[in-house]
Amino acid sequence: MQRRHFLTLSAATVGGVIVYSLDRKLSLVSAQDKPVHIPLHFFDETEALIVASAAARIFPSDESGPGAKEAGVVVYIDRQLAGPYGHDRDRYLQGPFEKGVREVGYQGKASRREIYREGVKNLPGFDRLPAAEQDAALKEIETTEFFALLRQHTIEGMFSDPMHGGNIDMVGWQLIGFPGPQMSYLDDVDKHFGEAFRPKPVGLVGGHAIEDEK
Amino acid sequence: MKTLPAVDVVIVGGGWTGLLMAKELGTRTKVSVVVLERGGPRDNAYYATTMDELDYLVRNRMMQDCSQETVTFRHSVKDHALPLRQLGSFLPGTGVGGAGEHWGAGSPRHSPDCFDLYSKTVERYGAKKLPEDHCIQDWGITYDELEPYYTRAEKMIGVAGKAGNIKGKRVEGGNIFEGWRSEEYPLPPTKTPYYASVFKEAANSLGYHPFPYPSATLTEVYKNPDGVTRSACTYCGYCHAGCMIGAKAQPTNVLLPIIEKHKAVSIRTGARVQKIVHESNKRVRGVNYVDASGQEFFQPAELVFLGSWTFSNTRLLFLSSIGQPYDPATGKGTLGRNLTHELTLPAARVFLDKPLNRFMGTGSAAMSLDDFGADHIDHTNLPFLRGGLLRANCQGYQPILNFGFVPPSVKSRWGAEWKKAAVHYYDQNGPIVFIGEHLAYKGNYMDLDPIYKDDHGNPLLRLTLDWRENERKMAEYMIPKAVELGRAMGAKEITPFPGLKQYDATRYQGTQVHGGTILGASPDTSVVNTYLQHWQVSNLFVLGGSVFPQKPVAGPTLTILAQTLRTADAVVDHYLKKPGSLV
Repeated sequence: MQRRHFLTLSAATVGGVIVYSLDRKLSLVSAQDKPVHIPLHFFDETEALIVASAAARIFPSDESGPGAKEAGVVVYIDRQLAGPYGHDRDRYLQGPFEKGVREVGYQGKASRREIYREGVKNLPGFDRLPAAEQDAALKEIETTEFFALLRQHTIEGMFSDPMHGGNIDMVGWQLIGFPGPQMSYLDDVDKHFGEAFRPKPVGLVGGHAIEDEK
Repeated sequence: MKTLPAVDVVIVGGGWTGLLMAKELGTRTKVSVVVLERGGPRDNAYYATTMDELDYLVRNRMMQDCSQETVTFRHSVKDHALPLRQLGSFLPGTGVGGAGEHWGAGSPRHSPDCFDLYSKTVERYGAKKLPEDHCIQDWGITYDELEPYYTRAEKMIGVAGKAGNIKGKRVEGGNIFEGWRSEEYPLPPTKTPYYASVFKEAANSLGYHPFPYPSATLTEVYKNPDGVTRSACTYCGYCHAGCMIGAKAQPTNVLLPIIEKHKAVSIRTGARVQKIVHESNKRVRGVNYVDASGQEFFQPAELVFLGSWTFSNTRLLFLSSIGQPYDPATGKGTLGRNLTHELTLPAARVFLDKPLNRFMGTGSAAMSLDDFGADHIDHTNLPFLRGGLLRANCQGYQPILNFGFVPPSVKSRWGAEWKKAAVHYYDQNGPIVFIGEHLAYKGNYMDLDPIYKDDHGNPLLRLTLDWRENERKMAEYMIPKAVELGRAMGAKEITPFPGLKQYDATRYQGTQVHGGTILGASPDTSVVNTYLQHWQVSNLFVLGGSVFPQKPVAGPTLTILAQTLRTADAVVDHYLKKPGSLV
């Protein structure tokens, strides 16, 4: 039997956040709590740590705001790869598989899961490297299909609805002032010219971002 | 294969054209109609959960499933075609409503000279001005003949806009370059969000004539002539995932409410038509289809309409061996010829010093200018023909698809520097989009792929398509105009489009692909006559974008609806009384 893998995050790094489980139920985590164990559905723990560290270099947490770590990007990617998208159920998969010009898009046989598995294997110990060396390692693979997916999925994990596992507590949306799906801007659409209009974000499943208690 | 009880009419495809024909026949005649739709059912309630960028706009949940069926692509006959393994430059819809559910609702009319493109161009510039390998041709129908149907279509879907030319009289504030209209638009134009208003001011300062883009998204509560009432748009910005309040015209909210009242019309979903059954290219007897469980059926019918998207219409004629396939070497044959796509590019991306609040908007809340469109400028000394629109659109602004644009001074595409700039400019940038016409060429066409097959073992459609000098030179001329507009908008930095090279099937252009079953005045150069009736097989009609002989600028939907209404009139008033050729 396959061992169940968990990703352990300290509650302090994620702050007071809502984490969505796969069945879209919320669980509230507060800063005082013990480390959070998030069940992994595709990655093992080693792989998850590597992907999390790589995503954190693509979208770092720094003085310009939170990044992939706070948004739980790795949780998002794990869930995507565990589902039909990871198995390439949306792709035309009949052969023959031949190399083509750039303008016909990815022609490979390898699924997204396989691309990740292979890509992560080529970054052994990545999560324990200093930041500068991590950047150098990513620079090496910048033109690969794996990196293209990782970059794309990092953006998705930052900004998709929290019900998909990333953008925890709408941290990505708050960073850029995106209010999430709202029913109406009828009274505002032709106002606020030249000034930021930033309604409080809402997610699709329900609930506002948690108020800062301080 | 099971033979079903015969019906009078079979319609292949449950999108705009198929359901419009079903509605016209259902309300005006007593014929029995079956609509066969390959995708699933859909209604207004479905859209309550679609405000999810990831599932709907990134993963394309409403679109054709490439794992079942796609197209192959190559740039020229010398290349080897490969399958487009995932969606890219166009997004064919599936399910009831088809691509009419996810469209942006832009509803312009075509410029009158688009219908006489060949003769008008030769008249003004001489035949020498035409590109060497063109196969441009007139439609065989004029704008004036279509005008009443345009007006009917606008009232049916409820187009919001500002007229620029009523019966030949110029009206300021509308598109003064447009063809004559018999009346004002049914509804006032959409509101102008900030980004579009900055563009408008810049365009005015440069002496252009900006106008609010016509949109089939209601600006007021509206009851159409069929008695269908829909509510007004709230500018939530999720139009491309389907409108949850019915403000954006979609087949499910404009046509289904009427169709559902008529028992003689039924819609079968999950029905993938494999073949049109015919008697030696003379008479259609019905269609074969496979349902979702894999069972095969023969549905006999007296009259068959193809109402699918360009690829499916064309491919079904190929798979059924109806008509003569086009041969690019000899120019003979008509089926598959004149493949065109829209030329859409972000001509200039402008980076401004003010927040734009771009998340507020609607599919076609745009300011556009047509000063360089159609043949409005003199091309005598220019190295290309025709032109297009420049536009600033506020169609809603979701973060996955729009995060990451940084000004040209930032070189990195990941990491701290990129992130900081991308966060800063997220709501301070936008594209000035150019939408240009695409001419038809002898080497751009469709046929069946010799190698790749769909999940039922039928050959995929093969596209042979590339840009020519006309499109490249047009882009080269328009990009600096967009940059100039960007400067007038106060842009701190501007990224011009790098220039048009080869056709890129991975970059989204627009879901507006044409040709394959083109209309015309002669059976030697077209597949259907101007009533969209097949030249050889008179009980077969082909509706939709596949009949355009070349691509006029901007949204084709209104023209497609107008043409479908004209065909419906001809079928109801003439064909059903006396079946046979309408010309």
